[in-house]
Amino acid sequence: MGTTPAAKPHRSSTNPAAKPVVNDFTIHVATVNGSGSQSSNMVLMRSLFQMGLPVSGKNLFPSNIQGLPTWFTIRANKAGYLGRRVEVDLMVCMNPQTARADVQALHAGATCIYDAPLNLKGLRSDVRFLEIPFAKLINEIPDLDNRLKKLLANMCYVGAVAQLAGIETKEIEAALNKQFKKKPKAVALNMKAAELGAAYVREHYGDPAPFRAERMNATAGKIIIEGNAASAIGALMAGCSVLAWYPITPSSSLCETLISLAKKYRTDPQTGKSAFAAIQAEDELASIGMVLGAGWAGARSMTATSGPGISLMAEFAGFGYYAEVPAVIVDVQRTGPSTGLPTRTQQADLLEVAYLSHGDTQHIALIPGTVHECYAHVMAAFDLAERFQTPVFVLSDLDLGMNSWMADPLPYPKGDFDRGKVLDAKAVAELKKAGKRFERYRDADGDGIPYRTVPGNENSEGTYFTRGSGHDEAARYTEDHEAYVRVMDRLARKYETARTHVPAPEPTGDAKAEIGLLLYGSAEACRQEALDKLAAAGIKAAALRVKALPFHPDVAAFVKAKKRVYVLDLNRDAQMLKLLKADLPVELLAKLRSIRHYDGLPVHAQTVCDQIAALEKEGK
Amino acid sequence: MATETKAPAKPAPEKKVNRIGLEAKAYGGAPSTLCSGCGHDSITRSIIQAFYEQGVAPHAVAKFSGIGCSSKTPAYFLGTAHGFNAVHGRMPAVATGANLANRSLKCIGVSGDGDTASIGLSHFCHLVRRNTELIYIIENNGVYGLTKGQFSATADKGSTHHYGETNQMAPIDCCGLALELGCGFVARSFSADHKQLRALLAAAIHHKGMALIDVISPCVTFNNHPDSTKSYNFSKTHDIPLHEIDFIAHFDPQPEVDLKEGEVRDVELYDGSTIRLRKLDGDHDPTSRSAAARIIERGRDAKEFITGLIYLDPKGANCAEQNNLVDEPLASLPQSRLRPPKAALDEIMAGLM
Repeated sequence: MGTTPAAKPHRSSTNPAAKPVVNDFTIHVATVNGSGSQSSNMVLMRSLFQMGLPVSGKNLFPSNIQGLPTWFTIRANKAGYLGRRVEVDLMVCMNPQTARADVQALHAGATCIYDAPLNLKGLRSDVRFLEIPFAKLINEIPDLDNRLKKLLANMCYVGAVAQLAGIETKEIEAALNKQFKKKPKAVALNMKAAELGAAYVREHYGDPAPFRAERMNATAGKIIIEGNAASAIGALMAGCSVLAWYPITPSSSLCETLISLAKKYRTDPQTGKSAFAAIQAEDELASIGMVLGAGWAGARSMTATSGPGISLMAEFAGFGYYAEVPAVIVDVQRTGPSTGLPTRTQQADLLEVAYLSHGDTQHIALIPGTVHECYAHVMAAFDLAERFQTPVFVLSDLDLGMNSWMADPLPYPKGDFDRGKVLDAKAVAELKKAGKRFERYRDADGDGIPYRTVPGNENSEGTYFTRGSGHDEAARYTEDHEAYVRVMDRLARKYETARTHVPAPEPTGDAKAEIGLLLYGSAEACRQEALDKLAAAGIKAAALRVKALPFHPDVAAFVKAKKRVYVLDLNRDAQMLKLLKADLPVELLAKLRSIRHYDGLPVHAQTVCDQIAALEKEGK
Repeated sequence: MATETKAPAKPAPEKKVNRIGLEAKAYGGAPSTLCSGCGHDSITRSIIQAFYEQGVAPHAVAKFSGIGCSSKTPAYFLGTAHGFNAVHGRMPAVATGANLANRSLKCIGVSGDGDTASIGLSHFCHLVRRNTELIYIIENNGVYGLTKGQFSATADKGSTHHYGETNQMAPIDCCGLALELGCGFVARSFSADHKQLRALLAAAIHHKGMALIDVISPCVTFNNHPDSTKSYNFSKTHDIPLHEIDFIAHFDPQPEVDLKEGEVRDVELYDGSTIRLRKLDGDHDPTSRSAAARIIERGRDAKEFITGLIYLDPKGANCAEQNNLVDEPLASLPQSRLRPPKAALDEIMAGLM
């Protein structure tokens, strides 16, 4: 059973007589999982988006099909801060299980709409309550079965919220049209329910709310997309032709989106045949095995999973590293350890992925921080996997992957696929003509990256035996110690080469600031807000968002230039900090400080600011 | 290894060559490092012979294996084929991925009884269900050789251990299991019966789905003692072949011969090749799944070692067909066929606005 993720009071009571706050508010809807509230919440969010307000929507849901509490939080913010905000301005209580706790967590001056039977109004005197008899209102619509009545009650609160917050009716209707594509009957019915909610608020609660939505122009031409969908589009555009996967939250939607995109865009219109294979494997051990088999055979192949799946892939990940087989593995992280909180977010697979497998192993990992980067990094991962002939990980997380983000449309990719150092039969023959021969694991160019051939190569000198056991430069089985060390040292060299090929970290804020904030992944959503809050608290800081392992040289340069660097980890064990400590020059290590957020909910700017301010005050 | 055993570009005309002009030695591999007398080496010889006789180009072959004595053997045949020695038990996954990436590869996987029936059992089961076009050979000796003689899951109940212990658990019958799961090619053989094994391998090469050949292959070091049910002696004395098998390849049709009514059964494969089964004691119809199940049960009840083609369904859709894949290998599709045009992305974006 979840406890309410709504706010502990942060700000003092709002003066109801003051002018309403425009385009800066948070709506929190508490419902029962499986009650069909998702489409209502999406309509609410889309309506704000269509009015031109920067908006984000986060689903804080349980690991359950039906019955457990779930919350949806919508943040509208004119400054474009779209990270999670803890304070709730408008709470919609539809769930008896959590209603009391949801109300208790509100800040003074907040507004609460609740389903009449919950009878919450006596709980607090510093919260404005709007009691609405949703079931009774819906009864006014004739000929509804019970299931439909429950669904429409959800749309009824959308109307109530819209009335209270000033969301335009025509935008509700437009959002409904989007939601229920080509189903005019469903749109009309839902619109009727929304109107009933709006009318009730109009008639019974005339006072304006302390917050208000007003039309602005910050969303024209933009899209709303989940990170997993962006990753799937990236895989489609990158030419992924083999997908092997095992269903696991929160990565399943990535695979399912890719499959449906491929059905549409990879089917030959003439023959009806597909240039895309998808296998739902028996487990993650098999998924990664299939991906490696396909990558070895020359196809662009991938899998997507989450922490438990990554654990199962450990053995094959080491194989891919040592035998040098390309693969793309997207880890949409959730809260661990073990089954953990499977529907909550975290960045706690970082250390596991960095060294995944037994023996000396190092992996390239890309860490997207935005939906655009989900798209771009997945594409880059395919190039890097083939360029470096190794498994490449993409570390997304549930917040980024499953929640709705406003963004510019994804741009069409520039440039061609980088298929890396592949020799065809002719190239192998030319090598021989030049007095050389193909040797699979020879560092011919000094960058640690050897040449490979793919099965089917007709030149008998271009074939080799791939194995996870000891091998020499010519791919021959060997237990020779020197040959083993030569191969391992070359692999280390290859990893060094990768440093300048992975996406460089992104600096923001005043470069001259003495304080640094180093963050990664979905923490990007709160970065600017955190820097602004810090500035307001008198702490001038610049941020650096790390986008990949191995660390780009710019990471060390950033730390060097700062007096203190706060490393924000969305995990308990300060995993990024540990990786930095293992990698940076020792004289820089004393500059690093840890701040963390790991309760499973998306990070918010306030905690970043509070933690840094407290540590700064301590003067350590 | 690629650089060690080269196929001659143009064989001398007086030498015996197959239909693609290669000598048998072009199908050899590195020297075996297994124990002298190991059943696996006999199987290796049968594989070399079958691929030579069927005229399969080595470069068009992909060899797969897991871990164990059996899984070392792909290094010992078809040295100029492409090879992938995977991790323990998970060869089916690797082979499936490679087959999807390039469906024109002729895939052969060699596994052992530990690799297949214990650590890789679930992968084996799902491989059967997917019907990946793969010749799957189990070199079955009832023990773990490389780790010095522990029982495997195919060891018969009552069989004894090299060190004297008796196995008390029921064995996993990989043929029975495969049949249950819908495998379209189920065969059992004995490593020392080269004629039968070569015919089965030839048929497997021409089968378009997963072809299972469970080959009893005695371990001379750890499981060849008198009380073992996987010893040479036991296998030889208990071997009951279902038929005498001849394989007639589609490219090498045999002249019509007068056959007595009911003397042989011909089973046609998808590419026009024929398996000719000459009746022995009984008359097993390998196209009947229920008859196949009865044969397996009979062998189990009577403790008989029944060998031959147990079941064949040449028509079942293989993994690539189930995926409705284009005819050419996915691995060789150009960027223009893999990256949708800008209009496609525009369409996707419009749906998200």
